[in-house]
Amino acid sequence: MRAFTYERASSVEAAAKAAASNPEAKFIAGGTNLLDLMKLEIETPTHLIDVNDIGLDKIEPTQDGGLRIGALVRNTDLAAHETVRRDYGLLSRALLAGASGQLRNKASTAGNLLQRTRCPYFYDTNQPCNKRQPGSGCSAIGGFSRQHAVIGTSEACIATNPSDMAIAMRALDAVVETVKGDGSRRAIPIADFHRLPGDTPHIETVLEPGEMITAVVLPPPIGGRQIYRKVRDRASYAFALVSVGAVIQSNGTGRIAVGGVAHKPWRVEAAEAELPNGARAAAHVLLADARPTEENRFKVELVERTLAAVVSEARG
Amino acid sequence: MQFDTPATTNPIDRLKVVGQPIHRIDGERKTTGRAIYAYEWNDPNVSYAYGYPVGAAIPKGRIKSMDVSDAKKALGVLAVVTTLDVGDLKKGDFNTAKLFGGDQVQHYHQAIAVVVAETFEQARAAAALVRVDYAEEKGAFDLEKAMDTAAKPEESQEPDTAVGDFDAAFTSAPVTLDETYTTPDQSHCMMEPHASIAAWNGDELTVWTSSQMIDWWRSDLATTLGIDKEKLHLMSPFIGGGFGGKLFLRADAVLAAFGAKAAGRPVKVALPRPLMPNNTTHRPATIQRIRIGADRDGRITAIAHQSWSGDLPGGGPETAVNQTRLLYAGVNRMTAMRLAALDLPEGNAMRAPGEAPGLMALEIAIDEMAEKLAMDPVQFRILNDTQVDPENPERPFSQRNLIGCLELGAERFGWNQRRGPGSRRDGNWLIGVGVAAAFRNNLLVPSGARVRLDREGIVTVETDMTDIGTGSYTIIAQTAAEMLGLPIDKVAVRLGDSRFPVSAGSGGQFGGNCSTAGVYAACVKLREAIAQKLGFNSEDVVFENGQVRSGNRAVPLAEAAGSDGLAGEDTIQWGDLSKTHQQSTFGAHFVEVGVDVATGETRIRRMLAVCAAGRILNPITARSQVIGAMTMGVGGALYEELAVDTRSGFFVNHDLAGYEVPVHADIPHQEVIFMNETDPMSSPMKAKGVGELGLCGVSAAIANAIYNATGIRVRHYPITLDKLIGGLPDVA
Repeated sequence: MRAFTYERASSVEAAAKAAASNPEAKFIAGGTNLLDLMKLEIETPTHLIDVNDIGLDKIEPTQDGGLRIGALVRNTDLAAHETVRRDYGLLSRALLAGASGQLRNKASTAGNLLQRTRCPYFYDTNQPCNKRQPGSGCSAIGGFSRQHAVIGTSEACIATNPSDMAIAMRALDAVVETVKGDGSRRAIPIADFHRLPGDTPHIETVLEPGEMITAVVLPPPIGGRQIYRKVRDRASYAFALVSVGAVIQSNGTGRIAVGGVAHKPWRVEAAEAELPNGARAAAHVLLADARPTEENRFKVELVERTLAAVVSEARG
Repeated sequence: MQFDTPATTNPIDRLKVVGQPIHRIDGERKTTGRAIYAYEWNDPNVSYAYGYPVGAAIPKGRIKSMDVSDAKKALGVLAVVTTLDVGDLKKGDFNTAKLFGGDQVQHYHQAIAVVVAETFEQARAAAALVRVDYAEEKGAFDLEKAMDTAAKPEESQEPDTAVGDFDAAFTSAPVTLDETYTTPDQSHCMMEPHASIAAWNGDELTVWTSSQMIDWWRSDLATTLGIDKEKLHLMSPFIGGGFGGKLFLRADAVLAAFGAKAAGRPVKVALPRPLMPNNTTHRPATIQRIRIGADRDGRITAIAHQSWSGDLPGGGPETAVNQTRLLYAGVNRMTAMRLAALDLPEGNAMRAPGEAPGLMALEIAIDEMAEKLAMDPVQFRILNDTQVDPENPERPFSQRNLIGCLELGAERFGWNQRRGPGSRRDGNWLIGVGVAAAFRNNLLVPSGARVRLDREGIVTVETDMTDIGTGSYTIIAQTAAEMLGLPIDKVAVRLGDSRFPVSAGSGGQFGGNCSTAGVYAACVKLREAIAQKLGFNSEDVVFENGQVRSGNRAVPLAEAAGSDGLAGEDTIQWGDLSKTHQQSTFGAHFVEVGVDVATGETRIRRMLAVCAAGRILNPITARSQVIGAMTMGVGGALYEELAVDTRSGFFVNHDLAGYEVPVHADIPHQEVIFMNETDPMSSPMKAKGVGELGLCGVSAAIANAIYNATGIRVRHYPITLDKLIGGLPDVA
């Protein structure tokens, strides 16, 4: 970990302004991912702006009947929130499938969206990694890639996004609200928030330098059976091999977002249109362009089977 | 004490303290944070400095140069010591790879420097500033590719054994099996990382460390540093797990010693978790071919077990075939081990070395053979039991109750409700049960202890035996209490210090039996000293209720001690009872699993182990060992695999996020039954060990249960869902 300076921001505006004035600064919320990465010098900010105490820890209804989740709401609190449990069960279930109780107590909503990949080559600074050191190459391609992405990959990177929460947010059509250093604000649909790796896998979201997430907004509830199925080797405290977040309506239509398969939460609206024709049909569209490695080829079938189990559970 | 005739009745047989379910005497210290582990030693009068290790970034080659100028200039840095600075160091006896010194890199993350600073954070930051210029060399990292060039290990390893005519018997057998199984490299993943504090006083060195084997470490550290062993004082009173990963001196102690010398202050060094899998040792991967021939009645007529493993040049094989020499009957038999030279980190002992991976293969093969014979796998094992060493029928087992374990286990587990493969279902779960035999030899190692009785009537035991979480403190206290007729709270136990008599140490599941036998021997000496002082005839002296009694005369122990106290010291030495009799421990593991019909995720539903392992010195600590081992067996069956990057030559998933071990949610229900047994051949304690027995066979029982659940036979560990998913039924 490199030496860094630290400030505790007093307001959203002050935090955004501080970030705008220092390109080597990072925001710190729960720190559950950032501090680990700093210890390994994968992240090397020279300045940390602590945003824990700027009033972004509230969950409030929106005027149109949705829910605004402050960026600093802890994963534990969000998962346990009465409205979330009642109207957005998928989100609550996805959160509880992730990490451990201790980590969820610290981890924030915004930080969860920004957590970085768990590719082991990304974590080993001796190894080439385009995400960590652009242009150095991808060690996972042709290497140990069992956990890696099967779709939306590039020649530069086959890493996955490890977030469970983001899968739920994607299926629920959440919107990410931000503020920039100049005080301007924008709302980014979750579908546009995370990027595919392309030639620039080190750029993982559309956030501009210094731009800060202030809230994640959920549209009004859409009902349906909401299921999050996380598939993993051990029963707890493991990243997903694949996960399926689904909202299935009684007429058989629905939404599906899949985790563990891509650099971002994977959702294909055309695949959802196939849902009434069955999970297999939907999965085929969902992963039509999959390019798995030898080691993770199983994920394609695993998605199909998991989706089938989820659809079956939703019906039953 | 020379133990060369079977034990007769002795004071241990009273079982007033030994054999009782006594909670750990160090438990309160551990649960309240007052058990001080290596890195935590803190003398408020000492200003400790912190060392951070640097690991090699290549798997094989030479270090051309190292630039430490930036590191030395960094904030708080006191010293930087590189592998080039110290030059070639002598290697200790127990390691294959050198721990530090010289310009050669033998494996990834081999220690090449230590940076010492005022704080841990400063040392870590400066360590990242060390720049290294390597001349990388090509290495061999792929066991499968190296099979053809694998060589016969040293004769002392008994690489080839043969009795009868295997080939002829196998060829003519009406029912045969010929399958190949693989087990991956595994990492110990003990909770406490390797850690040491080194403090020099002139030419004398004190090291607080985390070691299973005090005397081995002391010798090897003295050799590595080029100092007199007598100048080296080692302490390791509490150890947060080892599993074989702390049997042999590790780099943290060496780096701390060099760092402390350079900084002129005591230095603390812990291995960072991501460094551990590649810097330290691991259980090597194996490729195993097993052939079994049987007659139609199910009697094994031919059995062959071959194993290939790899290690650094100069290393040894994973002895995965050894249990096959003894576990089942069969007139015609052979085993063979071949060793490939690999440039991966050093392969070495991990809990039940040899037995664990060997039984992972053999006990699937037995299950497969039973199915070919249309026999129940419990019955097939019972039919092929042997009460003598199959290679030498003149040589009986001292005790062997495998059949009893299987029968009792089958009854308690409800084995008779087992059905054919793929035929039980509970909702989305395919349900299956599996069984495997557990088998681990009993090893006898000399072990010394010193026992002092003071005028307060307190007995203090001192031995360099270690407690790696196993319960050594408690069973040693029980032994001394039993021998001297005292309650356990009148016994103090001091362990893990090189000033104490050399013990067996913790390894090979010999520590419990051997170290308590050493304490027994020392207590015999103390009893003689007490009797002599009181003018008692030591033959008819009785120690009980805090008194020593002879005829009508009884003297409280405190009084007998006198103001100076009395002491006894001895070492248990072993005769040839282990040569005339095969001493082993046995067990049976029964497991029920559920396999998710859609995803192939396997989850354990219940586990039962029945163990026949001589006298159980303490059923609480013994059970704790066995359930821990069963848990480790779950990891081995289902998750654990050091992923080898065969291009870059290292274990890729080198942290606890990437290398998954079982968590609580994976282990719902475990039951352990100990057979009521004593083995007078094993020691005066009549005990053996359970720490490794508990692991032996577990993973195969799970593999067999998965087969029973799904009808899919997986012969390559770990049995992850990707190996099942293609064979599972369609999902509606």
